[in-house]
Amino acid sequence: MQYMLILTEPAEEFAKRNDPVHAATYWGGWSAYIAAMQEAGIVRNGDGLQPPAMATTVRVRDGKRTVQDGPYADAKEQLGGYFIIDVPDLDTALDWAAKSPSASYAAVEVRPVLPPMKASAG
Amino acid sequence: MAGGAREAAEAAARHSYGRLLAILAAGTRDIAAAEEALSEALLAALTHWPERGVPANPDAWLLTAARRAHLDTLRHGKVAGAAESEIARRIADAAAAARDFPDERLKLLFVCAHPAIDEAVRTPLMLQTVLGLDAARIAQAFVVPAAAMSQRLVRAKTKIRDSGVRFAVPEAAELPARLEDVLNAIYAAYGAGWDDLGGTAGVQGLSGEAIYLGRLVCTLAPDQPEPKGLLALMLYCEARRAARRDAAGRFVPLGRQDTTLWSRDMIIEAEGLLTAASRAGSFGRFQCEAAIQSVHAQRAATGAVNHEALKVLYDLLAERAPSIGVTVSRAAAVLDAGDPASALAALDVADTERVVSYQPFFVVRARVLQALGRRAEAELALADAIGLTQDEAVRAHLRGG
Repeated sequence: MQYMLILTEPAEEFAKRNDPVHAATYWGGWSAYIAAMQEAGIVRNGDGLQPPAMATTVRVRDGKRTVQDGPYADAKEQLGGYFIIDVPDLDTALDWAAKSPSASYAAVEVRPVLPPMKASAG
Repeated sequence: MAGGAREAAEAAARHSYGRLLAILAAGTRDIAAAEEALSEALLAALTHWPERGVPANPDAWLLTAARRAHLDTLRHGKVAGAAESEIARRIADAAAAARDFPDERLKLLFVCAHPAIDEAVRTPLMLQTVLGLDAARIAQAFVVPAAAMSQRLVRAKTKIRDSGVRFAVPEAAELPARLEDVLNAIYAAYGAGWDDLGGTAGVQGLSGEAIYLGRLVCTLAPDQPEPKGLLALMLYCEARRAARRDAAGRFVPLGRQDTTLWSRDMIIEAEGLLTAASRAGSFGRFQCEAAIQSVHAQRAATGAVNHEALKVLYDLLAERAPSIGVTVSRAAAVLDAGDPASALAALDVADTERVVSYQPFFVVRARVLQALGRRAEAELALADAIGLTQDEAVRAHLRGG
Protein backbone atom coordinates (compact mmCIF):
# COMPACT_ATOMS: atom_id res chain seq x y z
CA MET A 1 0.00 0.00 0.00
CA GLN A 2 1.06 3.58 -0.56
CA TYR A 3 1.09 6.05 2.29
CA MET A 4 1.90 9.73 2.50
CA LEU A 5 4.09 10.74 5.40
CA ILE A 6 3.05 14.30 6.12
CA LEU A 7 5.95 15.88 7.97
CA THR A 8 5.33 18.97 10.06
CA GLU A 9 7.77 21.29 11.77
CA PRO A 10 7.58 24.16 14.26
CA ALA A 11 9.07 27.58 13.43
CA GLU A 12 12.27 26.87 15.44
CA GLU A 13 13.10 23.91 13.22
CA PHE A 14 12.42 25.78 9.99
CA ALA A 15 14.80 28.46 11.34
CA LYS A 16 17.58 25.87 11.79
CA ARG A 17 17.77 25.27 8.04
CA ASN A 18 19.82 28.43 7.49
CA ASP A 19 21.27 28.85 10.95
CA PRO A 20 25.11 28.61 10.81
CA VAL A 21 25.22 26.77 14.16
CA HIS A 22 22.40 24.29 13.60
CA ALA A 23 22.11 23.81 9.85
CA ALA A 24 24.59 20.94 9.62
CA THR A 25 22.87 18.90 12.33
CA TYR A 26 19.44 19.71 10.92
CA TRP A 27 20.24 18.64 7.36
CA GLY A 28 22.37 15.72 8.57
CA GLY A 29 19.38 14.22 10.38
CA TRP A 30 17.16 14.49 7.31
CA SER A 31 19.84 13.16 4.95
CA ALA A 32 20.33 10.08 7.09
CA TYR A 33 16.59 9.47 7.26
CA ILE A 34 16.10 9.86 3.52
CA ALA A 35 19.10 7.63 2.80
CA ALA A 36 17.67 4.89 5.03
CA MET A 37 14.31 5.04 3.24
CA GLN A 38 15.97 4.97 -0.17
CA GLU A 39 18.12 2.05 0.89
CA ALA A 40 14.93 0.19 1.82
CA GLY A 41 13.56 0.98 -1.64
CA ILE A 42 10.22 2.24 -0.39
CA VAL A 43 10.22 5.87 -1.57
CA ARG A 44 7.93 6.57 -4.51
CA ASN A 45 8.09 10.31 -4.27
CA GLY A 46 8.93 13.05 -1.80
CA ASP A 47 10.14 16.58 -1.31
CA GLY A 48 11.03 19.07 1.34
CA LEU A 49 9.13 22.33 1.14
CA GLN A 50 10.27 25.90 1.52
CA PRO A 51 9.18 27.42 4.84
CA PRO A 52 5.60 28.56 5.49
CA ALA A 53 6.60 32.20 5.12
CA MET A 54 7.00 31.44 1.41
CA ALA A 55 3.45 30.07 1.19
CA THR A 56 0.60 31.82 -0.60
CA THR A 57 -2.96 30.63 -0.16
CA VAL A 58 -5.76 31.10 -2.65
CA ARG A 59 -9.50 30.71 -2.19
CA VAL A 60 -12.32 31.23 -4.68
CA ARG A 61 -15.70 32.24 -3.26
CA ASP A 62 -18.67 33.14 -5.46
CA GLY A 63 -16.31 33.25 -8.39
CA LYS A 64 -14.11 35.80 -6.62
CA ARG A 65 -10.49 34.97 -6.00
CA THR A 66 -8.76 35.97 -2.78
CA VAL A 67 -5.06 35.49 -2.39
CA GLN A 68 -3.44 35.58 1.00
CA ASP A 69 0.12 35.60 2.24
CA GLY A 70 0.95 32.55 4.37
CA PRO A 71 -0.19 28.93 4.83
CA TYR A 72 -3.84 27.78 4.76
CA ALA A 73 -4.02 27.11 8.48
CA ASP A 74 -2.48 29.10 11.29
CA ALA A 75 -0.94 26.30 13.32
CA LYS A 76 2.12 25.99 15.52
CA GLU A 77 3.42 23.19 13.32
CA GLN A 78 3.46 23.59 9.57
CA LEU A 79 3.97 21.26 6.64
CA GLY A 80 7.71 20.93 6.00
CA GLY A 81 7.78 18.09 3.52
CA TYR A 82 6.25 14.80 2.48
CA PHE A 83 7.08 11.35 1.21
CA ILE A 84 4.99 8.80 -0.62
CA ILE A 85 6.16 5.37 0.49
CA ASP A 86 5.09 1.92 -0.65
CA VAL A 87 5.04 -0.59 2.21
CA PRO A 88 2.97 -3.70 3.07
CA ASP A 89 0.84 -2.18 5.84
CA LEU A 90 0.07 0.74 8.16
CA ASP A 91 2.31 -0.63 10.90
CA THR A 92 5.36 -0.51 8.62
CA ALA A 93 4.43 3.03 7.53
CA LEU A 94 4.15 4.06 11.20
CA ASP A 95 7.59 2.57 11.89
CA TRP A 96 9.09 4.72 9.12
CA ALA A 97 7.18 7.78 10.30
CA ALA A 98 8.53 7.28 13.80
CA LYS A 99 12.10 7.29 12.46
CA SER A 100 11.80 10.75 10.92
CA PRO A 101 13.69 13.51 12.76
CA SER A 102 10.52 15.57 13.13
CA ALA A 103 8.59 12.75 14.87
CA SER A 104 10.55 13.49 18.04
CA TYR A 105 9.83 17.23 18.14
CA ALA A 106 6.70 17.68 16.01
CA ALA A 107 4.30 15.19 14.41
CA VAL A 108 4.06 12.99 11.37
CA GLU A 109 0.66 12.23 9.92
CA VAL A 110 0.37 8.98 8.01
CA ARG A 111 -2.36 8.70 5.37
CA PRO A 112 -3.10 5.93 2.91
CA VAL A 113 -3.03 7.17 -0.68
CA LEU A 114 -6.18 6.68 -2.74
CA PRO A 115 -5.83 4.29 -5.67
CA PRO A 116 -5.32 6.19 -8.95
CA MET A 117 -8.53 7.77 -10.23
CA LYS A 118 -9.98 6.27 -13.36
CA ALA A 119 -9.90 8.63 -16.32
CA SER A 120 -13.27 10.34 -16.53
CA ALA A 121 -15.67 8.43 -18.74
CA GLY A 122 -15.77 9.87 -22.22
CA MET B 1 -32.79 -27.37 28.07
CA ALA B 2 -30.81 -26.57 31.19
CA GLY B 3 -29.16 -23.13 31.38
CA GLY B 4 -25.71 -24.68 31.66
CA ALA B 5 -26.09 -26.64 28.45
CA ARG B 6 -27.47 -23.57 26.66
CA GLU B 7 -24.47 -21.55 27.82
CA ALA B 8 -22.11 -24.28 26.66
CA ALA B 9 -23.76 -24.32 23.24
CA GLU B 10 -23.55 -20.54 22.99
CA ALA B 11 -19.91 -20.62 24.05
CA ALA B 12 -19.16 -23.25 21.41
CA ALA B 13 -20.91 -21.17 18.74
CA ARG B 14 -18.97 -18.03 19.72
CA HIS B 15 -15.71 -19.95 19.93
CA SER B 16 -16.13 -21.31 16.41
CA TYR B 17 -17.42 -18.01 15.08
CA GLY B 18 -14.44 -16.05 16.42
CA ARG B 19 -11.97 -18.54 15.00
CA LEU B 20 -13.56 -18.47 11.55
CA LEU B 21 -13.98 -14.71 11.52
CA ALA B 22 -10.33 -14.27 12.45
CA ILE B 23 -9.26 -16.54 9.57
CA LEU B 24 -11.41 -14.75 7.01
CA ALA B 25 -10.51 -11.26 8.24
CA ALA B 26 -6.77 -11.91 8.62
CA GLY B 27 -6.60 -12.85 4.95
CA THR B 28 -8.52 -9.86 3.65
CA ARG B 29 -8.38 -7.20 6.42
CA ASP B 30 -12.08 -6.87 5.64
CA ILE B 31 -13.81 -7.55 8.95
CA ALA B 32 -17.20 -6.29 7.74
CA ALA B 33 -17.26 -8.66 4.76
CA ALA B 34 -16.17 -11.57 6.95
CA GLU B 35 -18.90 -10.75 9.46
CA GLU B 36 -21.48 -10.57 6.74
CA ALA B 37 -20.44 -13.97 5.44
CA LEU B 38 -20.67 -15.54 8.89
CA SER B 39 -23.50 -13.64 10.58
CA GLU B 40 -26.37 -15.81 9.40
CA ALA B 41 -24.41 -18.93 10.21
CA LEU B 42 -23.84 -17.66 13.76
CA LEU B 43 -27.52 -16.81 14.18
CA ALA B 44 -28.47 -20.30 12.98
CA ALA B 45 -25.95 -21.85 15.39
CA LEU B 46 -27.24 -19.81 18.33
CA THR B 47 -30.75 -21.04 17.50
CA HIS B 48 -30.05 -24.71 16.73
CA TRP B 49 -27.13 -25.73 18.93
CA PRO B 50 -28.75 -25.05 22.33
CA GLU B 51 -31.73 -27.18 21.23
CA ARG B 52 -30.10 -29.98 19.28
CA GLY B 53 -26.64 -30.01 20.81
CA VAL B 54 -23.28 -28.84 19.49
CA PRO B 55 -22.36 -30.62 16.23
CA ALA B 56 -19.32 -32.89 16.15
CA ASN B 57 -17.37 -30.44 13.99
CA PRO B 58 -18.71 -26.97 14.85
CA ASP B 59 -16.38 -25.17 12.41
CA ALA B 60 -17.52 -27.31 9.48
CA TRP B 61 -21.16 -26.76 10.47
CA LEU B 62 -20.69 -22.98 10.55
CA LEU B 63 -18.76 -22.93 7.29
CA THR B 64 -21.47 -24.95 5.53
CA ALA B 65 -24.14 -22.63 6.84
CA ALA B 66 -22.04 -19.59 5.87
CA ARG B 67 -21.49 -20.89 2.35
CA ARG B 68 -25.19 -21.58 1.93
CA ALA B 69 -26.11 -18.09 3.15
CA HIS B 70 -23.47 -16.56 0.91
CA LEU B 71 -24.73 -18.42 -2.16
CA ASP B 72 -28.27 -17.29 -1.32
CA THR B 73 -27.09 -13.71 -1.16
CA LEU B 74 -25.36 -14.03 -4.52
CA ARG B 75 -28.41 -15.72 -6.05
CA HIS B 76 -30.61 -12.84 -4.98
CA GLY B 77 -28.10 -10.46 -6.46
CA LYS B 78 -27.96 -8.45 -3.25
CA VAL B 79 -24.23 -8.04 -3.11
CA ALA B 80 -21.54 -8.62 -5.62
CA GLY B 81 -17.97 -7.49 -5.77
CA ALA B 82 -14.37 -8.46 -5.39
CA ALA B 83 -14.44 -8.67 -1.57
CA GLU B 84 -17.48 -10.94 -1.66
CA SER B 85 -16.00 -13.48 -4.03
CA GLU B 86 -12.70 -13.35 -2.14
CA ILE B 87 -14.62 -14.21 1.04
CA ALA B 88 -16.41 -17.05 -0.78
CA ARG B 89 -13.07 -18.45 -1.91
CA ARG B 90 -11.71 -18.25 1.62
CA ILE B 91 -14.77 -19.98 3.07
CA ALA B 92 -14.17 -22.77 0.57
CA ASP B 93 -10.46 -22.92 1.52
CA ALA B 94 -11.28 -23.04 5.23
CA ALA B 95 -13.87 -25.78 4.63
CA ALA B 96 -11.29 -27.78 2.71
CA ALA B 97 -8.76 -27.38 5.53
CA ALA B 98 -11.47 -28.75 7.87
CA ARG B 99 -10.13 -28.39 11.37
CA ASP B 100 -6.50 -27.87 10.54
CA PHE B 101 -6.38 -24.10 10.39
CA PRO B 102 -4.42 -21.99 12.83
CA ASP B 103 -6.10 -19.90 15.51
CA GLU B 104 -5.79 -16.31 14.30
CA ARG B 105 -7.82 -14.77 17.12
CA LEU B 106 -4.76 -13.33 18.86
CA LYS B 107 -3.97 -11.34 15.70
CA LEU B 108 -7.56 -10.18 15.60
CA LEU B 109 -7.36 -9.03 19.25
CA PHE B 110 -4.20 -7.05 18.46
CA VAL B 111 -5.95 -5.44 15.50
CA CYS B 112 -8.99 -4.52 17.61
CA ALA B 113 -6.74 -2.88 20.23
CA HIS B 114 -4.37 -1.34 17.67
CA PRO B 115 -3.09 2.13 18.65
CA ALA B 116 -4.46 3.45 15.33
CA ILE B 117 -7.98 2.52 16.48
CA ASP B 118 -9.95 4.89 18.72
CA GLU B 119 -9.61 3.63 22.28
CA ALA B 120 -13.35 3.90 22.97
CA VAL B 121 -14.23 1.42 20.23
CA ARG B 122 -11.55 -1.22 20.96
CA THR B 123 -13.62 -3.16 23.50
CA PRO B 124 -16.83 -3.11 21.42
CA LEU B 125 -14.81 -4.24 18.40
CA MET B 126 -13.41 -7.23 20.30
CA LEU B 127 -16.83 -8.21 21.60
CA GLN B 128 -18.31 -8.04 18.14
CA THR B 129 -15.55 -9.73 16.15
CA VAL B 130 -14.24 -12.35 18.56
CA LEU B 131 -17.54 -13.22 20.24
CA GLY B 132 -20.08 -12.23 17.61
CA LEU B 133 -22.10 -10.02 19.99
CA ASP B 134 -24.42 -7.69 18.11
CA ALA B 135 -24.04 -3.93 18.26
CA ALA B 136 -27.32 -3.46 20.14
CA ARG B 137 -26.20 -5.73 22.98
CA ILE B 138 -22.81 -4.00 23.19
CA ALA B 139 -24.44 -0.56 23.09
CA GLN B 140 -26.70 -1.55 25.95
CA ALA B 141 -23.78 -2.61 28.15
CA PHE B 142 -21.93 0.64 27.48
CA VAL B 143 -25.10 2.71 27.85
CA VAL B 144 -24.74 4.20 24.37
CA PRO B 145 -27.52 4.47 21.73
CA ALA B 146 -27.42 1.40 19.45
CA ALA B 147 -27.18 3.48 16.27
CA ALA B 148 -24.18 5.39 17.62
CA MET B 149 -22.44 2.16 18.60
CA SER B 150 -23.07 0.62 15.16
CA GLN B 151 -21.66 3.68 13.50
CA ARG B 152 -18.49 3.62 15.61
CA LEU B 153 -17.97 -0.05 14.83
CA VAL B 154 -18.48 0.46 11.11
CA ARG B 155 -16.03 3.38 11.10
CA ALA B 156 -13.38 1.34 12.94
CA LYS B 157 -13.71 -1.60 10.56
CA THR B 158 -13.41 0.71 7.57
CA LYS B 159 -10.25 2.21 9.06
CA ILE B 160 -8.76 -1.25 9.62
CA ARG B 161 -9.46 -2.25 6.04
CA ASP B 162 -8.67 0.99 4.20
CA SER B 163 -5.67 2.14 6.21
CA GLY B 164 -4.08 -1.29 6.04
CA VAL B 165 -3.71 -2.19 9.72
CA ARG B 166 -1.42 -5.20 10.05
CA PHE B 167 -2.95 -8.53 11.14
CA ALA B 168 -0.03 -9.87 13.13
CA VAL B 169 1.24 -10.53 16.61
CA PRO B 170 3.65 -7.65 17.35
CA GLU B 171 7.39 -8.29 17.57
CA ALA B 172 9.00 -8.87 20.95
CA ALA B 173 10.12 -5.27 21.48
CA GLU B 174 6.62 -3.94 20.92
CA LEU B 175 4.73 -6.80 22.50
CA PRO B 176 4.39 -5.68 26.14
CA ALA B 177 2.89 -2.28 25.27
CA ARG B 178 0.60 -3.70 22.60
CA LEU B 179 -0.49 -6.54 24.89
CA GLU B 180 -1.35 -4.00 27.58
CA ASP B 181 -3.72 -2.31 25.10
CA VAL B 182 -5.42 -5.66 24.48
CA LEU B 183 -5.72 -6.37 28.20
CA ASN B 184 -7.03 -2.87 28.95
CA ALA B 185 -9.76 -3.35 26.36
CA ILE B 186 -10.75 -6.69 27.89
CA TYR B 187 -10.77 -5.21 31.38
CA ALA B 188 -13.02 -2.40 30.11
CA ALA B 189 -15.50 -5.10 29.03
CA TYR B 190 -15.40 -6.52 32.55
CA GLY B 191 -16.03 -3.07 34.01
CA ALA B 192 -19.02 -2.36 31.75
CA GLY B 193 -22.10 -2.54 33.91
CA TRP B 194 -20.13 -3.42 37.05
CA ASP B 195 -21.43 -0.44 39.02
CA ASP B 196 -24.99 -1.30 38.19
CA LEU B 197 -25.60 -3.82 40.94
CA GLY B 198 -28.26 -6.30 39.95
CA GLY B 199 -29.09 -4.34 36.83
CA THR B 200 -31.28 -1.63 38.39
CA ALA B 201 -30.57 0.64 35.42
CA GLY B 202 -31.26 -2.21 33.00
CA VAL B 203 -27.58 -2.61 32.20
CA GLN B 204 -26.57 -6.18 31.56
CA GLY B 205 -22.88 -6.54 32.26
CA LEU B 206 -20.29 -8.30 30.14
CA SER B 207 -18.28 -10.01 32.85
CA GLY B 208 -18.75 -13.49 31.36
CA GLU B 209 -17.63 -12.25 27.95
CA ALA B 210 -14.60 -10.48 29.46
CA ILE B 211 -13.55 -13.58 31.37
CA TYR B 212 -13.88 -15.61 28.16
CA LEU B 213 -11.58 -13.16 26.37
CA GLY B 214 -9.17 -13.22 29.32
CA ARG B 215 -8.98 -17.01 29.14
CA LEU B 216 -8.49 -16.81 25.39
CA VAL B 217 -5.46 -14.50 25.68
CA CYS B 218 -3.98 -16.73 28.40
CA THR B 219 -4.29 -19.70 26.03
CA LEU B 220 -2.99 -17.90 22.95
CA ALA B 221 -0.10 -16.11 24.72
CA PRO B 222 0.87 -18.71 27.33
CA ASP B 223 4.34 -17.24 27.99
CA GLN B 224 3.04 -13.82 28.99
CA PRO B 225 2.38 -13.13 32.69
CA GLU B 226 0.06 -10.12 32.41
CA PRO B 227 -2.89 -11.95 30.77
CA LYS B 228 -2.83 -14.34 33.74
CA GLY B 229 -2.78 -11.30 36.04
CA LEU B 230 -5.82 -9.86 34.32
CA LEU B 231 -7.73 -13.14 34.38
CA ALA B 232 -6.91 -13.56 38.09
CA LEU B 233 -8.08 -10.00 38.79
CA MET B 234 -11.41 -10.60 37.05
CA LEU B 235 -11.93 -13.94 38.80
CA TYR B 236 -11.25 -12.44 42.26
CA CYS B 237 -13.88 -9.76 41.56
CA GLU B 238 -16.30 -12.25 40.03
CA ALA B 239 -15.90 -14.56 43.03
CA ARG B 240 -17.52 -11.88 45.21
CA ARG B 241 -20.54 -11.25 43.01
CA ALA B 242 -23.06 -13.04 45.25
CA ALA B 243 -21.82 -11.14 48.31
CA ARG B 244 -22.12 -7.65 46.85
CA ARG B 245 -25.74 -7.36 47.96
CA ASP B 246 -27.54 -8.70 51.01
CA ALA B 247 -30.82 -10.68 50.98
CA ALA B 248 -32.78 -7.43 50.96
CA GLY B 249 -30.87 -6.18 47.92
CA ARG B 250 -28.79 -3.68 49.90
CA PHE B 251 -25.24 -2.84 48.84
CA VAL B 252 -22.54 -4.51 50.94
CA PRO B 253 -19.05 -2.96 50.84
CA LEU B 254 -16.11 -5.31 50.37
CA GLY B 255 -14.93 -5.12 53.99
CA ARG B 256 -18.31 -6.26 55.29
CA GLN B 257 -19.11 -8.96 52.75
CA ASP B 258 -19.96 -12.43 54.00
CA THR B 259 -16.92 -14.38 52.85
CA THR B 260 -18.85 -17.66 52.83
CA LEU B 261 -20.71 -16.28 49.81
CA TRP B 262 -17.47 -15.86 47.85
CA SER B 263 -16.78 -18.48 45.18
CA ARG B 264 -13.97 -20.63 46.51
CA ASP B 265 -13.36 -22.22 43.12
CA MET B 266 -12.80 -18.89 41.42
CA ILE B 267 -10.49 -17.66 44.19
CA ILE B 268 -8.44 -20.86 43.99
CA GLU B 269 -8.17 -20.52 40.21
CA ALA B 270 -7.14 -16.86 40.59
CA GLU B 271 -4.45 -17.75 43.18
CA GLY B 272 -3.08 -20.39 40.80
CA LEU B 273 -2.96 -17.93 37.90
CA LEU B 274 -1.19 -15.32 40.01
CA THR B 275 1.42 -17.85 41.10
CA ALA B 276 1.94 -19.02 37.51
CA ALA B 277 2.27 -15.40 36.37
CA SER B 278 4.89 -14.62 39.02
CA ARG B 279 7.17 -17.32 37.58
CA ALA B 280 7.84 -15.10 34.56
CA GLY B 281 9.62 -12.71 36.93
CA SER B 282 8.04 -9.64 35.40
CA PHE B 283 5.59 -7.87 37.69
CA GLY B 284 3.05 -5.74 35.87
CA ARG B 285 -0.01 -3.65 36.47
CA PHE B 286 -2.59 -6.45 36.23
CA GLN B 287 -0.61 -8.81 38.44
CA CYS B 288 -0.37 -5.96 40.93
CA GLU B 289 -4.12 -5.32 40.86
CA ALA B 290 -4.79 -9.04 41.19
CA ALA B 291 -2.38 -9.21 44.16
CA ILE B 292 -4.41 -6.47 45.86
CA GLN B 293 -7.56 -8.53 45.38
CA SER B 294 -5.69 -11.57 46.67
CA VAL B 295 -5.01 -9.69 49.94
CA HIS B 296 -8.74 -9.01 50.28
CA ALA B 297 -9.54 -12.65 49.42
CA GLN B 298 -7.34 -13.84 52.28
CA ARG B 299 -9.91 -12.45 54.71
CA ALA B 300 -11.97 -15.57 53.95
CA ALA B 301 -9.24 -17.65 55.59
CA THR B 302 -7.73 -15.28 58.17
CA GLY B 303 -10.72 -13.14 59.09
CA ALA B 304 -8.57 -10.01 58.76
CA VAL B 305 -7.23 -7.73 56.01
CA ASN B 306 -3.51 -7.07 55.84
CA HIS B 307 -3.62 -3.28 55.39
CA GLU B 308 0.16 -2.93 55.35
CA ALA B 309 0.38 -5.32 52.39
CA LEU B 310 -2.34 -3.33 50.62
CA LYS B 311 -0.42 -0.10 51.15
CA VAL B 312 2.74 -1.57 49.64
CA LEU B 313 0.83 -2.96 46.64
CA TYR B 314 -0.96 0.33 46.02
CA ASP B 315 2.41 2.11 46.06
CA LEU B 316 3.65 -0.33 43.41
CA LEU B 317 0.49 0.14 41.40
CA ALA B 318 0.77 3.95 41.60
CA GLU B 319 4.24 3.64 40.04
CA ARG B 320 3.01 1.43 37.21
CA ALA B 321 -0.41 2.79 36.45
CA PRO B 322 -1.09 6.05 38.27
CA SER B 323 -4.76 7.03 38.24
CA ILE B 324 -7.29 8.75 40.44
CA GLY B 325 -8.68 5.31 41.31
CA VAL B 326 -5.30 4.15 42.60
CA THR B 327 -4.79 7.36 44.62
CA VAL B 328 -8.17 6.95 46.31
CA SER B 329 -7.80 3.21 46.95
CA ARG B 330 -4.35 3.77 48.41
CA ALA B 331 -5.75 6.45 50.74
CA ALA B 332 -8.45 3.98 51.85
CA ALA B 333 -5.76 1.40 52.63
CA VAL B 334 -3.79 3.98 54.64
CA LEU B 335 -6.94 4.90 56.55
CA ASP B 336 -7.75 1.27 57.28
CA ALA B 337 -4.19 0.78 58.46
CA GLY B 338 -5.04 3.33 61.16
CA ASP B 339 -3.45 6.50 59.81
CA PRO B 340 -6.25 8.94 58.82
CA ALA B 341 -3.93 11.97 58.78
CA SER B 342 -1.69 10.43 56.11
CA ALA B 343 -4.78 9.24 54.24
CA LEU B 344 -6.06 12.82 54.08
CA ALA B 345 -2.67 14.05 52.88
CA ALA B 346 -2.74 11.37 50.15
CA LEU B 347 -6.19 12.55 49.02
CA ASP B 348 -5.18 16.20 49.08
CA VAL B 349 -2.57 15.72 46.37
CA ALA B 350 -5.16 14.23 43.99
CA ASP B 351 -5.81 16.18 40.82
CA THR B 352 -8.76 18.40 41.74
CA GLU B 353 -10.08 18.54 38.21
CA ARG B 354 -10.37 14.80 38.01
CA VAL B 355 -11.95 14.21 41.42
CA VAL B 356 -14.99 16.47 40.91
CA SER B 357 -17.00 13.69 39.32
CA TYR B 358 -15.27 10.70 40.95
CA GLN B 359 -17.63 9.29 43.55
CA PRO B 360 -15.14 7.03 45.40
CA PHE B 361 -12.97 10.07 46.18
CA PHE B 362 -15.77 11.64 48.21
CA VAL B 363 -16.73 8.35 49.87
CA VAL B 364 -13.18 7.85 51.14
CA ARG B 365 -12.75 11.53 52.00
CA ALA B 366 -15.91 11.40 54.12
CA ARG B 367 -14.60 8.35 55.98
CA VAL B 368 -11.19 9.98 56.52
CA LEU B 369 -12.69 13.23 57.85
CA GLN B 370 -15.03 11.26 60.09
CA ALA B 371 -12.04 9.37 61.52
CA LEU B 372 -10.31 12.70 62.18
CA GLY B 373 -13.39 14.00 64.01
CA ARG B 374 -14.04 16.69 61.37
CA ARG B 375 -17.72 15.85 61.20
CA ALA B 376 -19.12 18.89 59.39
CA GLU B 377 -16.63 18.47 56.52
CA ALA B 378 -17.31 14.73 56.50
CA GLU B 379 -21.04 15.44 56.04
CA LEU B 380 -20.28 17.68 53.06
CA ALA B 381 -18.07 15.05 51.42
CA LEU B 382 -20.74 12.41 51.99
CA ALA B 383 -23.38 14.63 50.41
CA ASP B 384 -21.11 15.01 47.36
CA ALA B 385 -20.65 11.24 47.21
CA ILE B 386 -24.41 10.61 47.34
CA GLY B 387 -24.98 13.21 44.64
CA LEU B 388 -22.53 11.39 42.36
CA THR B 389 -24.03 7.92 42.90
CA GLN B 390 -26.30 6.52 40.18
CA ASP B 391 -27.18 3.26 41.86
CA GLU B 392 -30.06 3.49 44.35
CA ALA B 393 -28.73 0.60 46.46
CA VAL B 394 -25.36 2.32 46.86
CA ARG B 395 -27.05 5.64 47.63
CA ALA B 396 -29.10 3.96 50.33
CA HIS B 397 -25.95 2.43 51.75
CA LEU B 398 -24.19 5.82 51.89
CA ARG B 399 -27.18 7.51 53.53
CA GLY B 400 -27.29 4.78 56.14
CA GLY B 401 -23.64 5.58 56.91
